Amino acid sequence: MRALPTKRPLWRGLGVIAAFLVLGFAASNAGALNLGDLLNNAGKAVEVGKSAFKAGKAAVRAAEDITPEQEYYIGRAVAASILAKYRPWQNQEANQYLNLLGQTLALASSKPQTYGGYHFLVLDSEEINAFGCPGGLILVTRGLLRCCRTEDQVAAVLAHEIGHVALQHGLGAIKQSRFLELGKVLAVEGAHHAGGNVAALTSTFGGTVGDITQTLLVNGYSRSQEAAADKASAQNLGALGYDPKALIQVLEVMKTRLKPGGLDFAKTHPDPADRIEEVQETCGLLAPPQASPPPARQARYLAALQGV
Amino acid sequence: MQGKRWVLVMVLVLGAAALAWAAETMSVQVKEGRVYAKPSFLSKLQATLPYGAQLQVEGEQGAWRQVGLSGGLQGWIHVSALTEKQVSLQAGRERAASGASSEEMSLAGKGFNKQVENSYRSSNQGLNYAAVDNMERGYPVTPEQVDKFVQAGGLHVTEGGGQ
Repeated sequence: MRALPTKRPLWRGLGVIAAFLVLGFAASNAGALNLGDLLNNAGKAVEVGKSAFKAGKAAVRAAEDITPEQEYYIGRAVAASILAKYRPWQNQEANQYLNLLGQTLALASSKPQTYGGYHFLVLDSEEINAFGCPGGLILVTRGLLRCCRTEDQVAAVLAHEIGHVALQHGLGAIKQSRFLELGKVLAVEGAHHAGGNVAALTSTFGGTVGDITQTLLVNGYSRSQEAAADKASAQNLGALGYDPKALIQVLEVMKTRLKPGGLDFAKTHPDPADRIEEVQETCGLLAPPQASPPPARQARYLAALQGV
Repeated sequence: MQGKRWVLVMVLVLGAAALAWAAETMSVQVKEGRVYAKPSFLSKLQATLPYGAQLQVEGEQGAWRQVGLSGGLQGWIHVSALTEKQVSLQAGRERAASGASSEEMSLAGKGFNKQVENSYRSSNQGLNYAAVDNMERGYPVTPEQVDKFVQAGGLHVTEGGGQ
């Protein structure tokens, strides 16, 4: 508990309010939205004042202080790094299908809306792998899609990656020192209201992107993060009317195809056998689908991905 | 003395106004804040609001917030598109669009923004940003397509779109 000042000259309070009002009116005059009434302007002014004070201290301490807009730019850079190593699969039909399926899944996830939305792309690689970049850019290899035999199973793979995005596991890989750096740069910005230490921000940005890319490509997420994404996947499937057990079916296939000690998915993910056990527990709590899927579901899956 | 009393009244009025505002106003924190006719992603799209737009929340149902739109219209927006924090200064963004200096631009969205991305890109030519841009724009999905996909596949989107 901080002690409150006992006496505060009223003129100083008036000065602060006047400053807030000036800031608020300046913002609203130049702003695009006509917010109109005094109530809004007064409130806005207080908010502007508050954020200026906050920036003066440390504005960024942890992943939750990264705004969705910043998360979007981080995710784009991570995806651009991965796409420098993996080629996109130039198949309009397959990619269109993946986006339709994936964006439908996202609507039933715990985080349906992100700053730039969810987007999906097939990578032209034999490897069994998938990457969920911050903000919702999701990359899946042809090798992993070949482990699937139904739309429900592809949905299980995409929903697992949506789970990583929704739970912000990528941002969790950012080193604490980056937040300190970012906080420092923004504090200077807040104090002078001159903005623009772009060089410093770019350096911190590069480090941040490197932390996440290293985790996605080399180190992998923690066992508990993978379990959480599996659980989110099963729940997401259930919420849409897919079979939550489809995730287990994919893991069964992966069990036979992944080479122990391999460099791809086998290196960055826990053993499928262990994951199956945990997913089974989650599935036990979820209602099975009410009816068997209509033939149209399998037909559209085959039309888009049979040749994968 | 009279002057001081006026100041006190002003402080109280502004304080109350700020409290009322804080309780009911939220900001759009995504690029396209979609407002629907009903609390469902499959209902009619009423409006698309820009990043930073401020809304008065008038009701709530699960993960959806009922908001007022201009012209007396009302609609529903998913809570994942909203934040209680004030998003960046709209004013800065306006200036940025009209060709302001780089210093002003970084006020538009503090921290990592378009300007930082451009700077990062220019010093890391090997990154495949072209593929990222194509991924974001190359496979658009309309609400009608989602609706058809759900119907034909024997699926259902849980009302409220998850928790």
